[in-house]
Amino acid sequence: MTNRTAAACAVALAALLGATAHAKTFVYCSEGSPEGFSPMLFTSGTTFDANKPIYDKLVEFKPGTTEVQPMLAETFDASEDGTTFTFHLRHNVKWQSNANFKPTRDFNADDVLFTFERQWKDTNPYHKIAPAGGFQYFGDMDMPKLLKSVDKVDDYTIKITLNLPNAPFLADMAMDFSSIMSKEYADALMKEGKPELIDQNRIGTGPFELQQYQKDATIRYRAFAGYWGPKPNIDTLVFAITKDPAVRMAKLRADECQMAPYPPPADLTALKADKDLKVLSQSGLNFAYLAMNTEKKPFDNRDVRVAINMAIDKKAILDAVYQGSGIPAKNMIPPTMWSYNNSVEDFKYDPEGAKKLLAQAGYPNGFETTLWAMPVQRPYNPDGRRMAELMQADLAKVGIKAKIVSYEWGEYLKRLRNGEHDMAQAGWTGDNGDPDNFFDTLASCAAAKVGSVTRWCNKDFDDAVTKAATLSSQAERAKLYEQAQVVMHREAPYYLIAHSIVYLPMRATVTGYTMSPLGGHDFRMIDLK
Amino acid sequence: MLRFLLGRVTLIIPTFVGVTFLSFILLHLIPGDPIEVRAGERGIDPVRLEELRHDYGLDQPLWKQFLDYEVQIAHGNLGVSMVTRETVWNEFSTLFPATIELTISAILFALIIGIPLGVIAAVRRGSPFDYGLMGMSVTGASMPIFWWGLMMILVFSVALGWTPVSGRISDAYFIEPWSGFMLVDCWYSDPGACRSAFSHLILPTIVLGTNPLALIARMTRSSMLEVLNEDYIRTARAKGLVASRVVIVHALRNALIPVVTVIGLSVGGLLSGAILTETIFSWPGVGHWLIESIQRRDYPVLQGGTLVIGVLVILVNLSVDLTYGYLNPRIRR
Repeated sequence: MTNRTAAACAVALAALLGATAHAKTFVYCSEGSPEGFSPMLFTSGTTFDANKPIYDKLVEFKPGTTEVQPMLAETFDASEDGTTFTFHLRHNVKWQSNANFKPTRDFNADDVLFTFERQWKDTNPYHKIAPAGGFQYFGDMDMPKLLKSVDKVDDYTIKITLNLPNAPFLADMAMDFSSIMSKEYADALMKEGKPELIDQNRIGTGPFELQQYQKDATIRYRAFAGYWGPKPNIDTLVFAITKDPAVRMAKLRADECQMAPYPPPADLTALKADKDLKVLSQSGLNFAYLAMNTEKKPFDNRDVRVAINMAIDKKAILDAVYQGSGIPAKNMIPPTMWSYNNSVEDFKYDPEGAKKLLAQAGYPNGFETTLWAMPVQRPYNPDGRRMAELMQADLAKVGIKAKIVSYEWGEYLKRLRNGEHDMAQAGWTGDNGDPDNFFDTLASCAAAKVGSVTRWCNKDFDDAVTKAATLSSQAERAKLYEQAQVVMHREAPYYLIAHSIVYLPMRATVTGYTMSPLGGHDFRMIDLK
Repeated sequence: MLRFLLGRVTLIIPTFVGVTFLSFILLHLIPGDPIEVRAGERGIDPVRLEELRHDYGLDQPLWKQFLDYEVQIAHGNLGVSMVTRETVWNEFSTLFPATIELTISAILFALIIGIPLGVIAAVRRGSPFDYGLMGMSVTGASMPIFWWGLMMILVFSVALGWTPVSGRISDAYFIEPWSGFMLVDCWYSDPGACRSAFSHLILPTIVLGTNPLALIARMTRSSMLEVLNEDYIRTARAKGLVASRVVIVHALRNALIPVVTVIGLSVGGLLSGAILTETIFSWPGVGHWLIESIQRRDYPVLQGGTLVIGVLVILVNLSVDLTYGYLNPRIRR
């Protein structure tokens, strides 16, 4: 009998050990260290990736789309005039805990109120706790101007009223700066006299809780047992911080990590050929452009701008610079975004036609100008210098002598804002999947006033874009944006270059992952075969 | 000896001020405003930009910023990172053990391999071994760390699968940082943790240690050659001592004095080499941290980090000077 009991114990122990040994760990070779663990304080994608496992928002983007779906709000509705949004909150949502704090209540409307008031109102005691730099994204998305009031109707209902109708507002609520934080935790810290810890010892309602962060090395999360949604398929999620792209790919091949973003374009063929790996791809929510400063001569002349559009060979740039990781752009927004106007026909590469247009504009022998090359690599522009050289050669063929100019990145941005350039390369990556975030942010008259790269202000375009933001019907908005794209094509303030294709290599054993068109990485549903 | 010591210690103060001044000026010479860099393509509202510049004190004239910084340093405060908002000292002290661990193992590697090689080359002067070693040492001394590191990874980690690619330990192990030294902390984890930590240390050690190894081997060789021609060595041989005893006891001990100086002086080089090595091997040390802060124009981190490293190099050099003074009475005067 004793032997049998011992044997049974041994079997149970073996099963237990087996279970421990088989705890599923997923390692993601991330590209950099997060700036911190408070999504409302920072703006980089790397930081948001590291915060996504911990926090939830009222609404989220449906995986693989830019469509908004419920998250901590079970349902939501908007008033007819588009100025009031009511969120009905989920019950029984548990908060995570840490060594110093054990929550006594579930998530409720007070937490939502706290999250927005902290970023918005300087009367909130935590507003000042944010160090210099503050709540940048909240400001960037124009929230202080947009919000009229955030009211708690009852413990599980929140009403947000806007100063004016704003259709992209719901998408803003799905962005990371809207991640919900615990008011109970904030109050407890304030009582202890350590309010600054709120941005360091993170408490969220998400599927994973932070177990350990070793600066510049690893971020380790474990599945949160009290999570309200479907339980994660993996027990441990690790971000192995690996800055060098070549080393990231080497780690992926050696199975030291199961997913590694941002592969060097030159490695793609080999990665795709590797049977142990698979490479997902998606067109990025971005575009690269050469902006013409319409406040300066001769770029105030539409014919000159069109001539430049005809003079540069886009295909050559895509082949030489993007090497298969880009698609030509003819509109600002990528073709995957709703309201993309496919009927717009891109300018044909036609140096002779360009010369004629230049002559018509009063520049039969061309002119001298400067062309600013981006000094840094960006997802939408892998090599600004090479691109500038190709452009320079093409422009020379029609008589335009462009001198390539470049500055250190911070200096480059500053001078662009001051409008010191003639023609300059730049680009944009969307925040929330709404066309407004491209058209209004970059090309409206309001943007021109605060220093958009083209300084272009066109009434027809501006009217369409401004009106579209106030409508709630997507179909009506789409019509206006389509018109705006026609105007932009006609006026040609940009030479639109490309939308990049984002590649994501991973081990063939990875399942349950959908790439986000917004560029972030979310591991809620991830699994390993 | 006391006068010698005082003289050396007094020299530290101007050196220290020089280091702070140079690091401050050089960093501010790098174009690009830290706030503009952080705002990126999005840009920033000019009013907000001015507010932030004021908050960080960047609107002050440069001399005022420098004076404020010196006062702050005098109070023992290195400042707060503009990006993570943690104190520079906290960040530095969390990361520094990783750099120390890597640097010490690289020095040990260079010594353990470099000294015997130098001795053998000196004893067999003019032999193919000697020429081969000297050729390799020139190659080793001129090898770009970035290229060398990637080659090692491609061969030993990717093609052969013998060593891990990067990091300090396998992600399967959960280590509570107690001392910050992985080879120490691993004892508190699973049995395989220390093996994993050790295997992660191999490639970065070789890459960082290659340059000092080449230097030490050459230095040992030339110093040994000099000593081997001394009269007392001839005397020792004439006494009928075994060759190994003559080389190891009589010659090597004396030949090592200049080698000690080289080790001390190469600490600065090792720390700058560690910056590249750490970047390639995702080694979470101060080098990696400083590179990132340059990209982010995180002035307090860059100034604080450079300052602490500068002070450490000064201290190491001072201790080398003192040791040398102790070993060689002639330079104490």
